[in-house]
Amino acid sequence: MTLENLTVKQLRDKIGSGDIAAKEVVGQVFELIERRDLQVGAYLSTFQERALAQAEEIDRRIAADEPVGQLAGVPLAIKDNMCTQFGTTTCASKILEKFAAPYNAHVVDKLAEADAIIVGKCNMDEFAMGSSCENSGLKKTVNPWNPQRVPGGSSGGSAAAVAAGMCQAALGSDTGGSIRQPASFCGVVGLKPTYGRVSRYGLVAYGSSLDQIGPLTKNVEDAALLMNIIAGHDQRDSTSVSETIAVVPDYLAELETPLEGLKIGVAREFFDVEGLDPQVEQTIRETLKVYEKMGARLVEVTLPHMKYAIATYYLVATAEASSNLARYDGVHYGHRTEQPKDYLDVYYSSRAQGFGDEVKRRIMLGTYALSAGYYDAYYLKALKVRNLIRQDFEQAFQKADCLMCPTSPEVAFKIGAKIDDPLTMYLSDIYTIAVNLAGIPGISIPCGFNSENLPIGLQILTPAFTEEKLLRIARMFEKETDYHTQKPKFLGHKM
Amino acid sequence: MDVKLIVGLEIHVQLATRTKIFCGCRLGFGDPPNSNVCPVCLGMPGVLPVMNRRAYEYSLRTALALNCNIARFTKWDRKSYYYPDLPKNYQISQYDLPLSYDGYLEIPLENSETKKIRIIRAHLEEDAGKNLHEGLPYSRVDLNRTGTPLLEIVTEPDMNSPEECRILAMELQKLVQFLGVSEANMQKGHMRFEPNINLHITDEDGKLYKTPICEVKNLNSFRALERAVAYEKVRQLEEWKQDHTYTIEKFGKQNRGWDDNREETVFQREKEEAHDYRYFPEPDLVPVEVEEVWLDKIKAEMPELPLAMKKRFIDDYGLNDYDASVLTGDSVTAVYFDQAVKAGGPAKRVANLVTQYGLKTANERDCTMDEIGVTRNQTAQLAQLVEEGTVNASAAAAIFEKMMDDDRDPMLIAQEDNLIQQSDAGALEAIVDEVITANPQAVSDFQAGGKKSGKARGFLLGQVMQKTKGQANPQIAGELIDQKLKK
Repeated sequence: MTLENLTVKQLRDKIGSGDIAAKEVVGQVFELIERRDLQVGAYLSTFQERALAQAEEIDRRIAADEPVGQLAGVPLAIKDNMCTQFGTTTCASKILEKFAAPYNAHVVDKLAEADAIIVGKCNMDEFAMGSSCENSGLKKTVNPWNPQRVPGGSSGGSAAAVAAGMCQAALGSDTGGSIRQPASFCGVVGLKPTYGRVSRYGLVAYGSSLDQIGPLTKNVEDAALLMNIIAGHDQRDSTSVSETIAVVPDYLAELETPLEGLKIGVAREFFDVEGLDPQVEQTIRETLKVYEKMGARLVEVTLPHMKYAIATYYLVATAEASSNLARYDGVHYGHRTEQPKDYLDVYYSSRAQGFGDEVKRRIMLGTYALSAGYYDAYYLKALKVRNLIRQDFEQAFQKADCLMCPTSPEVAFKIGAKIDDPLTMYLSDIYTIAVNLAGIPGISIPCGFNSENLPIGLQILTPAFTEEKLLRIARMFEKETDYHTQKPKFLGHKM
Repeated sequence: MDVKLIVGLEIHVQLATRTKIFCGCRLGFGDPPNSNVCPVCLGMPGVLPVMNRRAYEYSLRTALALNCNIARFTKWDRKSYYYPDLPKNYQISQYDLPLSYDGYLEIPLENSETKKIRIIRAHLEEDAGKNLHEGLPYSRVDLNRTGTPLLEIVTEPDMNSPEECRILAMELQKLVQFLGVSEANMQKGHMRFEPNINLHITDEDGKLYKTPICEVKNLNSFRALERAVAYEKVRQLEEWKQDHTYTIEKFGKQNRGWDDNREETVFQREKEEAHDYRYFPEPDLVPVEVEEVWLDKIKAEMPELPLAMKKRFIDDYGLNDYDASVLTGDSVTAVYFDQAVKAGGPAKRVANLVTQYGLKTANERDCTMDEIGVTRNQTAQLAQLVEEGTVNASAAAAIFEKMMDDDRDPMLIAQEDNLIQQSDAGALEAIVDEVITANPQAVSDFQAGGKKSGKARGFLLGQVMQKTKGQANPQIAGELIDQKLKK
């Protein structure tokens, strides 16, 4: 079996049993990166020497029968908005292009404890603001399934790296759909955990009350395995949930056990969407039939405030972002303009030069929403509507175990198709965005392809802190199908 | 014409927690720039604040001592503005749900009256760093101070004189010291004041004018506070007298700075039109719910307040009002005195030693009673020796001074230095006889009575003291003289 066909679990087992050396694995993965990343552009930085040294150490310990972590020797990639003490953490922005963090994000430490090998940091939309990866200030990433198409965003690099076999799995972050949508565009699994399930310490903040880190993987089992590693309370993050309130289960334990009498909520509002591609809709309906054949029942639910979700999100997220990004001021770290006219110009010019257009757009929007005279009408109102949206889901979950819908109303769109029309870009988040507002977990799994062989994703939602059930529901479908095993033909096996 | 001065005060008190409000950095002073910092207080990408529980408890303790209502639910807010000493370019503070509100502090006035100053609110927030502008052609930023926990206390405009402002500030300093929540050392910048000052002027026609409310920024001594308020009182009146248009309706609120060299306030140009801080709830911190159990625990652990301590010193220890006041003037002295008495020192004698020698030295050295080198036990023992007559007053002074560098018991020191008072009448008698024999003129003066008699007695006594190298018990010696010479 070639490296790229192995899942995290399979590779981990082979390394652990001595079947293959970690050093060999790292060698192969960097070969793949060298061959493919010129075209895909998923990585902003890679750490070959460091990875090799780590691999050698792991091999040594395995040979000496010393204990190794649960991900020993497995090459992973992480989105470049998670701080690493090695290399740079750029958030794909010119303002942090040379920033070397003095500390590791919590999840980076957890991966290191598990002996995973981080091979590189992935491209993204700048500061996680975007749905296509086109807003990256540093690089272009294309969809491995079709180089004319976007990989999705903002975790586009992470999704592309996994889809193109340039790592076994990756971590991304999700504020309005940024793990799930690129997962759906790239034909991989993407999970956004419940808000508070995974520590945000070391994740460069965009929308503080919305951000979560989660895995992008080839299959559901790998997502469960990674959740076992990264989930849990971190005292450095006051919003990370205490484990007395929400225990971290073993997400692998019951994964193969399907849910008996599964009630699947189908929201009217999710199929009434303008711009829902008919092929996507068809594929989702067929997916639902597969579940019905397994004994599940479809239940109609309603999410009456869904139509306000995008507006609410773009007030809450941008308000928080305008504040979170205030620290990039050219004074303490990051890009500083050369030859400022005065101290105010240090701020003005450093930020004007360092930030891309979309980032500026959102900072302005957020500042406006918080400003005197507008706070009540915009930000405060948005907080109230957010509550209503959360209640919509709570009520829906009284009638159904989970909700299902497309992850995106369309397949991966053409590069450049929406970049000049931000509002159209925003509207493509229609299915994912409300999930962050409510804080509940959501997963996207591959469920088909359109006539141009572009992946289509199914989104499954469950109540807060029920990722174990969510993964089981996802696994039910995956077991019956093989969409997740398909590989992009663009790369083929000749490359 | 009637002129009434109206002043409200905003005080920032630095809390004496071991570490900063949102991270584990140590609180220091005078350390090399940017040496007490970490990614969190530096506002690096990806960091998150974590609430310092003790800072919150100290705040609750202070709020209780200020008779405030304690909010059972309170949250944090971001206050946004850009400045190089504020690394995140927002300050985490409390806006509309402060941790306490509606309290008061009673202050003593000159004529032994008291005045109640109402407290609007007291809340917790983080401090910013320091910008340094002198000495180089560019400015520098020291972020050691960022993240220091500050308790912001806001009073109603209840003060009507510069003295009242100073007294309030000093009482607050004493209070937080007694509570153990702040060192309140003015030299270290532990307390900063911002008075809001205006005048209510009723002119001869009975019309009421109000001058603009002027806020003087960042005063950090009692002296500067009192002088700034006094200056404003004069300045605002003069300004208004010009054409009566210097009013709050026309000018609203003004910011002024204090120039300590020229001792005047200076108008500060507004950076922006009434700065919009864009307050919104801090998403990285959870709200605090204060449960009764927690509050009860804090109440139970409340240290004794200065007024209560003073009363106890008067009632239980029999001190007079003046001494009790002096001894409760600061918390270190009060506790020192109290502990020395509890260690067995007779209260009045301990009081004398502390006020006459201890505080004198502490003031000279600009340090506290705990830092002059004499332990409470030593003081207690010395007081006992004085009470028993084993040493006299001047010997006590000498021993006290010696104990500043000497750890040993005062008794040993007294013995070593021959300071034990000779109180044995028998032993003194011989010497008294010697002195009487050697000074016939003084003897006859004494026996003659009248004005010279007192002086002569003093002279003879002095001779006895001299011959005994100060060790004679002057009372006993005096009695012997009287006995022998009075006919």
